[in-house]
Amino acid sequence: MNLATLTFSYLRARALHTALHVALLALGIGTVTLLLLATTQFDQRMRRDAEGIDLVVGAKGSPMQIILSAIYHLDVPTGNIAYTQAQAIAAHRAVKKTIPLALGDSYQGFRIVGTVHDYVAHYAAKVGAGRLWEKPLEAVLGAEVAARTGYAVGAKFAGAHGLGDGGDAHEGAEYVVTGVLATSGTVLDRLVLTSVESVWAVHAQHQGMHDIADAAARMKDEEKEFTALLVQYASPLAAAILPRYINNNSDMQAASPASETARLFSIIGVGVDVLRGFALVLVFSAGLSVFIALYGALNERRYDLAIMRTLGATPGRLMMLMLAEGIMLAGAGGVLGLALGHGFAEAVGLALRSAKQGEMSGLIWLPEEFLLLAMALAVGAIAALLPAWRAYRTDIARTLARG
Amino acid sequence: MFAVNKLHHSYGGLSVLDIDAWQAAQGEHWLVLGPSGSGKTTLLHALAGILRPASGHVQLAGQDLAQLAPGQLDRFRGRNIGIVLQRLHLLPSLTVAQNLALAQYLAGLPQDPFRVREVLASLDLTDKAGVFPHALSHGQAQRAAIARAVVNKPRVLLADEPTSNLDDVRCAQALDLLIDQAQACGATLVIATHDQRIKARVLHQFELGAAA
Repeated sequence: MNLATLTFSYLRARALHTALHVALLALGIGTVTLLLLATTQFDQRMRRDAEGIDLVVGAKGSPMQIILSAIYHLDVPTGNIAYTQAQAIAAHRAVKKTIPLALGDSYQGFRIVGTVHDYVAHYAAKVGAGRLWEKPLEAVLGAEVAARTGYAVGAKFAGAHGLGDGGDAHEGAEYVVTGVLATSGTVLDRLVLTSVESVWAVHAQHQGMHDIADAAARMKDEEKEFTALLVQYASPLAAAILPRYINNNSDMQAASPASETARLFSIIGVGVDVLRGFALVLVFSAGLSVFIALYGALNERRYDLAIMRTLGATPGRLMMLMLAEGIMLAGAGGVLGLALGHGFAEAVGLALRSAKQGEMSGLIWLPEEFLLLAMALAVGAIAALLPAWRAYRTDIARTLARG
Repeated sequence: MFAVNKLHHSYGGLSVLDIDAWQAAQGEHWLVLGPSGSGKTTLLHALAGILRPASGHVQLAGQDLAQLAPGQLDRFRGRNIGIVLQRLHLLPSLTVAQNLALAQYLAGLPQDPFRVREVLASLDLTDKAGVFPHALSHGQAQRAAIARAVVNKPRVLLADEPTSNLDDVRCAQALDLLIDQAQACGATLVIATHDQRIKARVLHQFELGAAA
């Protein structure tokens, strides 16, 4: 017999009420946990994928669409930009580094991105097996693409026209896998990388050219196109001049990842705030129901409390008993809630992975979760405070004299 | 064992207890007699330190109860005084054995399952150890309440109207149990009652008049 077993005996005696309190609190804490896990990981991924990219240049259109298509590979591009204009930007003195991207094809829903080796280096991705592409029609698979397709070095596949599933396959223009990237936790995991020349060659063939091995070499510069250009500034000053220079003096559109992702977060943030508010209402009502239950139980238990006093319990001990009951309920609700939140997050993560929409895991622990647990315990303790005080003040002689 | 001196208590200006002097030696058995409202329960509460009298002194086991701080008084009560109330008040969420263990725990004494079994056996409750109070008959519940009162081997065993609402046979049985258990731990037994049937069974009697 101790405080915990005594408290537990009361909780067990009212098992249905106990289950209700624990469930209410667990749902509230679970929702907050899920939101915390989702927003933290979303935020992390968004930041990591956009890190070091100061500007994205694409065809005229929505800046948000340019960012979503060129950095996160979630949306379709706004169009293509001319090779010669892209070269002019690369040569601009405000620009430190550019990475070209040529999109258009996919394989089993994974995008085939024509780019340069710098793109891999930018995300500090390591080659897990084989080597990077060198010649046209050599491709390197992102870790997740390799895992999903089961392809290893040496495998051959034909890309499909378009960025979604179900486009026409480019017959006769098969890629050969020369390497597989190690998991980097970035957008690269979900991409098939090749040279820009490969993408040009495959599309030249699509337009009736047959000998595509040196197609790119035979193309005129005026015929070449990129989809987007990732730009790193030479100095902070460039932010003031380059976007305006591009938007005013060309038919291209400059989009800033920082301001577009901030805009995206503020749009999503409203929804997250509403959900979080709803979850906190759940937590609050759980606290209220614990309070009402304990306060109501006081009357029912006044003889129990008096008897415990006659058996030697101090008023402080009775106070502890009530507090322990609130805290034990809250602890159970909090722990169950965290488990629920992680379970949901992992389930959503599995769904996202199967939809190739990105990564989320329920199997990580964030330091903020200790705060959530502390919040749950505080709710329990606060709910039990007034009942505990009433228990402390019980006049045993009067209570016993009455019955 | 205990001595009461010029004890006085009142509720809201109404005097409920007025005793000049009364003392009892270790192991003696006493009846506190008097009509309803004569202060029997108040006297028992004062003896147990449940109630602090308005004036006067209670000396128990060499200790003036008024000298003890509230927490000390609770601890002292738990270790030295066993109480059987008219309504037995076993804790409904605990089994019979757990109710006894609770008495050991709340008194701050080491928990001794052997002692719990021993007391339950002496009251013929061995097979009820794991049963919850709602499943006990009144007689079994009363034996369990007596067991809980004596599990800490108290110096004084107090019983408030233990035989009211019992028929003659059960009345005699309940009295036997109290006397046996008080003897078994050498406790001074005090029974507050207005039940005339048990007068003949107990040697020492202390009569309270109607409220002054």
